[in-house]
Amino acid sequence: MTILIQFAIGLVFGLGLIVSGMSNPAKVLNFLDVGGIPAGTWDASLAFVMAGAVAVTFIGFSRVLKLARPVFADRFYVPTRKDIDPRIIAGPAIFGIGWGLVGFCPGPALTALGFGSVSAFIFVAAMCAGMMIARFIAQLPSSTRIVTPSDPLET
Amino acid sequence: MVATPFTPIASLLGGALIGLSAVLLMWTTGRIAGVSGIAARLFPPYEDRQFAGRLAFVAGLVVAPILVRLVTGSLPAQTIAAATPLLIVAGLLTGFGAVWGSGCTSGHGVCGLSRLSVRSLVATITFMATGMATVLLMRHWS
Repeated sequence: MTILIQFAIGLVFGLGLIVSGMSNPAKVLNFLDVGGIPAGTWDASLAFVMAGAVAVTFIGFSRVLKLARPVFADRFYVPTRKDIDPRIIAGPAIFGIGWGLVGFCPGPALTALGFGSVSAFIFVAAMCAGMMIARFIAQLPSSTRIVTPSDPLET
Repeated sequence: MVATPFTPIASLLGGALIGLSAVLLMWTTGRIAGVSGIAARLFPPYEDRQFAGRLAFVAGLVVAPILVRLVTGSLPAQTIAAATPLLIVAGLLTGFGAVWGSGCTSGHGVCGLSRLSVRSLVATITFMATGMATVLLMRHWS
């Protein structure tokens, strides 16, 4: 039951990516290309994707998180960290470079698989490798680290 | 470079669907709809028993365009200009950076900003900045 629901929720996410235009890397790159503003080639659409997504999520989260617990889980798994460590800058900095090179971030790249695109398959395979490398490095013991290394996925 | 039309209404609607998905996932499973976190946890080491649910979510992402094609008979434009070596480098950087920074456009940019998380705000500003800088270098200085 919950599996089917999570499939449906993923489907809604994917439809959102397609309807919004985020599944098209050219559109993403034209948004990131602020150098195209003078020439008129800048595509501001993605700011509207963010606005629509954040507006709905902000209102929805504020209501849902007031509930005692989720429908199918024992509690809400919401990140609690507030510290600004080097990783929260280095990770997104590296991510942004990859995003800017092709125009794919993880969601649209996975959705692009359903377009039957070979390029998307190559990108997703490399992306998964990158994810595994990051998790592997994060778990290596370090002489400079005093506390136990934490899983970077745990925000 | 391929010109793309400005689509404020469709983008706002699509964004709202993404937000709806994030709210539904939180309401039902209590989890953040961060695609990189969900995808990365499909690989070992496994910390919990949510594998099937995560795989179902990713399957939904992949099936969405197939459903659109079945219903409407066509798919919107998708232009991927990058050659294979660039796809590999970009994929590696995107995957590595998303995990290293605890999230991507969805986890930080949508869910994190909606929770008013300072870490997510720092992350979002950073990847927007390096993303824009990368496109600027690729298109205007090469």
